[in-house]
Amino acid sequence: MSKIEFTLNGKNVVYDGDPLRRLVDVLREGFQLTGTKEGCGEGECGACSVLKNGKLVTSCIIPVGSVGGDEIVTIEGLRETEQGKCIIDSFAEGGAVQCGFCIPGMVMASQALLLTNPHPTEDDIRVAISGNLCRCTGYDLIVESILLASRKGEGLW
Amino acid sequence: MAVTHITDKMKRVDAYEKARGEAKYLCDFHLPGMLYARMVRSTIPRGNILSINLPELPDGYYFISAKDIPEGGKNALHMIAEDYRCFADGDVKFIGETIGILVGSDRGVLYELEKMVEVTYEELPAVTTIDDALEKKAIISGEDNIMCKLECEMGENVDEVLSKADSIIEETFETGYQEHVHLETNSVACAYEDGKFVIYASAQCPFYIRTSIACTMGIKSDDIIVRQMTTGGAFGGKEHFPDVIAGPLIVACNKIRKPIFMIFDREEDMEFSVKRHPSRTVFRTGLDKDGNILGTDIKIYYNVGAYLTSSYVVLQRGVFHSTGVYRFPGARAWGFGVATNCFPTCAFRGFGAPQTLYAIEMHLDHIARKFGYDPAEYKKKYFLKQGEETITQGHIVEKVMLEEMMKQITDASDYYRKVKEYAIGSGKGIGISFYNHGGAFTGNGEQAIIKAKLKLKKEGEKVSILCGSTEMGQGFRSIMRKIVSDTVGIDIDNVFYDNPDTSKVVDSGPTAASRSTMVVGFLCEKAAKEMKERWNEGDFEVIKQYEHPEGHPWDQTTFRGDAYLGYGWGACVVEVEVDKLTKEVTTKGIWSSHDIGRPIDELIVHGQVNGGIIQSLGYAALEKLECKDGRFKQRSISSYIIPTSMDFPHQEYFFVDNPYPWGPYGAKGMGELVFNGADSAYMGAVERAIGRDTFKIPMPPEDIQGVVDRK
Ligand code: FES
Ligand code: FES
Repeated sequence: MSKIEFTLNGKNVVYDGDPLRRLVDVLREGFQLTGTKEGCGEGECGACSVLKNGKLVTSCIIPVGSVGGDEIVTIEGLRETEQGKCIIDSFAEGGAVQCGFCIPGMVMASQALLLTNPHPTEDDIRVAISGNLCRCTGYDLIVESILLASRKGEGLW
Repeated sequence: MAVTHITDKMKRVDAYEKARGEAKYLCDFHLPGMLYARMVRSTIPRGNILSINLPELPDGYYFISAKDIPEGGKNALHMIAEDYRCFADGDVKFIGETIGILVGSDRGVLYELEKMVEVTYEELPAVTTIDDALEKKAIISGEDNIMCKLECEMGENVDEVLSKADSIIEETFETGYQEHVHLETNSVACAYEDGKFVIYASAQCPFYIRTSIACTMGIKSDDIIVRQMTTGGAFGGKEHFPDVIAGPLIVACNKIRKPIFMIFDREEDMEFSVKRHPSRTVFRTGLDKDGNILGTDIKIYYNVGAYLTSSYVVLQRGVFHSTGVYRFPGARAWGFGVATNCFPTCAFRGFGAPQTLYAIEMHLDHIARKFGYDPAEYKKKYFLKQGEETITQGHIVEKVMLEEMMKQITDASDYYRKVKEYAIGSGKGIGISFYNHGGAFTGNGEQAIIKAKLKLKKEGEKVSILCGSTEMGQGFRSIMRKIVSDTVGIDIDNVFYDNPDTSKVVDSGPTAASRSTMVVGFLCEKAAKEMKERWNEGDFEVIKQYEHPEGHPWDQTTFRGDAYLGYGWGACVVEVEVDKLTKEVTTKGIWSSHDIGRPIDELIVHGQVNGGIIQSLGYAALEKLECKDGRFKQRSISSYIIPTSMDFPHQEYFFVDNPYPWGPYGAKGMGELVFNGADSAYMGAVERAIGRDTFKIPMPPEDIQGVVDRK
């Protein structure tokens, strides 16, 4: 058992427990942040994507012990920001959402991309979301929705 | 008041809750006192169970098996027939068959306990491939391992045609297993609430689950309530398979009386869930000296696994689609559902049609090339037209717009220039395919078997849609609310639709067979029209039931008649480049056109087209799932490869306008259609690029190398 302190969606939090526990379980079960999904548990599908210090990570293969002092943002945090709202609006307007299970992770991946590249090309986007699997959409409308977000959110990133 | 019109491009009503991470899937729920369950499964393909030795179970942990089925119940799940056992009992028929379930509060403990369960078997000879089963290496079903079969014919007598033909081309095509990989794995829970069993399920067909497990328990369907949860993709994988989880859970819940959840991890979902049927299709086609088709004799084999599930119906669809979108002077097709000791196969988007459609397209490509014709022009000669006879001796009821569709995609892709420019074997290729999909249940099944109902309920200014059809990602929830909003003329926010609860809604039939918009949506439009006329009567309900249009006979015992009243039609061009050295394939372009009647929502159908086509391209190019001695070799999504955003380029798509008289606002089914043809267009392009005929999918680069090396 050990105490791990980190920032979660802008708040300082403390986790007291097994440091080897997967971050995804701590988020979903410990903090009841169920917007982060588990699709594979092996780092392959991106459904569990969160931001760690602004970078996209898959929370199913990260032990909570490794995030001490880090800044973690989940969909619950991102959705309350102007940037998050812009991406989510664009996803709704652009028809990016079908079953929705991959979508919180896709929104996180979009944010990670736009943070470093506010004016991505279609190819940039395809690379940026290539770690996020979607079985429903065939990706085109997700790609278009991210392009839409970068246009609509001009100046936000 | 903001009415949403059919022609408005709407924001899906579930988009925000899903994108914000607020939508609750079953795995997001936590009930007080809830327990988890983990399956104990067979590890051999066939044998007798000699003993089951359990480790010592901690307090509050249980092992539930066939002996826990209550008196009056039956060790069976009533899917279409009562063939699937709830628990293996005495013997096992495939690897992964449920022997029992372990139940307790900690998932980690259950995982460890499961590893400690010891089962001893007397192994029996098993058949795990279509060949083994046909060669009768062991007999596991009936006298010949054929679990179901049928035959259809039309036009001239095929035996006579073949005996007079100038030449006969015989070709065999095979397709592999395919896994659904809905991003949300299979998940079901069962609780006992106020004297009733309540099932919470990620599922397509809540009423199917109810029937299936009422049989297991020997109780009335009404004593079970099934509530569908937000469902993270299904594609057929959650049509009958949830029953296989719900059955053991209700038996356990009956004993333990606590809520019990079973949420598959990805590996379990990959290895131990139903798949698309592997197939073999053999054509013997008679030609005249110019290569014109005189008739064809088709034999179709589907590997159905150890239990029938929906396979007979899947096989029928395979047979009914085996001549594709074409009319030949004579055709006969035989279908055989082959029993094996493999995990049962069941529904998957397309439901048996993709396998034979792939085969007929490749077969025609090969014949065309052999006689020096362009595949597109050659296929066009045989396009079915309105009123013409189908393989079931029925008729095509609607106008067929394949020629217009062909023009759209050949123009957009510059097909004719490219087929001239890309010499056979040059590394560049372009392929074209045509396909269709019969909407809804076959023949009069909608009237005779399903008897779909839908209820609209008016309370004040609000209207609720009450039916058992489900949203699983395809957009049903949005489309239904849009239909009511436009038809009644009220704000879409005043139209309500909830995930179905079988105790509150009427049964509108399964969410399958591309029938929900077309059939249930049409009932909704009719009910909404009546509601509008009676709007001032206060609060009331309108119930509509399906009525089959007159004059379209169907005989389900001989399979003769109008199999489908409305087909969706499709055409697809795919262009590729194949690396000379590595055989890596780069897809350069994808163009499609579909006739889905009249689209109900532009954005939703756009998403369906994109998603269906990419699944189909994955099926052809990437998704290899091998079954060796009854065990799947690819058990994770790192070894079973589905398309990522990088694998295929942006698609261009078209529709034609062809309103369907028995669908809402002219719409026909489309969910499956869009899966049915990109695979063969892709393979046609690969064949041109490598200058070889191919005979199977999937065809990843290593297999292309094998084809090129073939002498
Ligand atoms: S659940 Fe973490 S990558 Fe799939
Ligand atoms: S929307 Fe279903 S997996 Fe992406």
